[in-house]
Amino acid sequence: MVGSERLSNRLLNIYLPLVFYLVFLLFPFYWMTIVSLKPTNDLFEMKYNPFWIQKFTLENYRYLFENTAFPEWVKNTLIVSVVSTVLSLGCSIFAGYALARLRFPGSNFLGVGIFLAYLVPPTLLFLPLADVIAKLDLYNTYWALILTYPTQLVPFASWLLMGYFRTIPREIEESAMADGCSRIEILLRIVLPLSVPGLLSAGIFCFTLCWNEFLYALIFMSSGSMKTIPVGVVSDLIKADVLFWGSLMAAAVLGSFPVAFLYSFFVKHYVSGLTAGAVKG
Amino acid sequence: MGRSKGEMRGGAVTTGSLLERESSLGIILMLPGALLLMVFMAYPFFLGIWLSITDSMIGQMGHYIGLRNFKDLLTDTIFHQTARNTLIYAMVTVPFKAGLGLGLALILNNRMRLSNPVRAAVMMPWIVPTALSTLGWFMILDPVFSPISWLLRHFGLISKNINFLGDPNLAISSVCLANIWRGTPFFGITILAGLQAVPHELHEAAAIDGAGMWHRFQHVTVPHIKGVILIASLLSIIWTFADFQLIYVLTKGGPANETHIFGTYAYQIGLSATEIGMGAAIALYMFPILSVFAVILLVYLRREE
Repeated sequence: MVGSERLSNRLLNIYLPLVFYLVFLLFPFYWMTIVSLKPTNDLFEMKYNPFWIQKFTLENYRYLFENTAFPEWVKNTLIVSVVSTVLSLGCSIFAGYALARLRFPGSNFLGVGIFLAYLVPPTLLFLPLADVIAKLDLYNTYWALILTYPTQLVPFASWLLMGYFRTIPREIEESAMADGCSRIEILLRIVLPLSVPGLLSAGIFCFTLCWNEFLYALIFMSSGSMKTIPVGVVSDLIKADVLFWGSLMAAAVLGSFPVAFLYSFFVKHYVSGLTAGAVKG
Repeated sequence: MGRSKGEMRGGAVTTGSLLERESSLGIILMLPGALLLMVFMAYPFFLGIWLSITDSMIGQMGHYIGLRNFKDLLTDTIFHQTARNTLIYAMVTVPFKAGLGLGLALILNNRMRLSNPVRAAVMMPWIVPTALSTLGWFMILDPVFSPISWLLRHFGLISKNINFLGDPNLAISSVCLANIWRGTPFFGITILAGLQAVPHELHEAAAIDGAGMWHRFQHVTVPHIKGVILIASLLSIIWTFADFQLIYVLTKGGPANETHIFGTYAYQIGLSATEIGMGAAIALYMFPILSVFAVILLVYLRREE
């Protein structure tokens, strides 16, 4: 009976607590999803069990696309996230390589500086930064976000890529250099192809952070049609009348979906990316 | 050593030689990132210090007033409340996140079926846009539509719905709950990475020596993951201390300022009330506290290396 004892042990020690965690961590998503799929009137129907859908409808999603600026928010978020991610990755590849491989005056200082920059929170900077954005006349333009997001992304991405570049054996680079390759050629033709997992982690990290960012987008994009998804949903979909819940939850589900999807595909990369900074130091 | 071909050929500084010399190439490669960080991080930081010692309003540069903003805040009861709330919000939630995260990591560290989808699922609170998942909490904690209230009413435990976000005594606990929910996966996955770095042989050796599960946990596992838990806690404190969106979405600092934290109060004073100088001072009050945690983290990481 050893087998069944072990099974019941596993049930008690692993699966039961796991179910508790899954319920706790996933319930809000479940709730958002079912509310988005029922007619809002059903929410008021006290005889209905609120944890289940009585009448299924896609009306809330249709409303979102036809009667709100949601499609534009999606477009804005996508443009800002993609351009800012590319820009940040470019900067981080260069900085990460320089910190990993090159000895130059101030490299130690810059390494620490980049680490500290990672710890500077947006709430410390947003008021003066609003002033800078106003002076540069960037309010309600994509550039306001494309240029400010990298301050949150480059530090961590450089740090991450620096770690990856260091794992590439020096000998490969040295032999390429003996063959007459320049440093830049080595970086582009040898180091980058060998660092695809690192680039993927850094890219997903950057894209997710851009997609999720709230404070800068809230302040720099005040015009309705220029908002990003999180800001547009939070500030324009909550209305004075009470019938907004369905479309609000539909928007929250749709806005969460891309990063959830992206992440599920690359779970391993993302996990290593997320933890690399903390574990590798 | 260190002298590049270009230099030896005659010293003409060409683009080619700048890109070959290690020291100049290093600086050139750092430039794009450094430039962005200078313009949009370092400069605003110093501008913020300047704003905080002026009576500036939005769109109108003010006059130098010394430390008056900082002094005024010391006698501002809402600011006191804000400081207290921020401490609770950042410090009280950490042991919960660390404890729940440790439990989660210990579970996920077991071999099980579907482990990748399970890992992806439990990470969701941490990776989806916080503003949007917080809307889910906004409804879960709603005075009319809360499913928690519905359940408790259904089982006859309460007769009236609970006003999670509107009751001044409950509001801070409610936002802490949402924060714990959001932060637990980060601890879980970070500690899991630490657990997986524990050499398997150590566990086996201890088991052969007759050490029980609890004993092995205490003497093999804990020493290996202490560092990771400390790092995760410091990062979490820094992030939570400087949070904004979760509170903004749930309560905007209300009711009666019971949930204002530095970020939301700075936003309210600096942008909504347009006193950008005073707002900058509120935000800067975070700086010394954040620096302490950042320095501890830095020192610890350097020592580890």
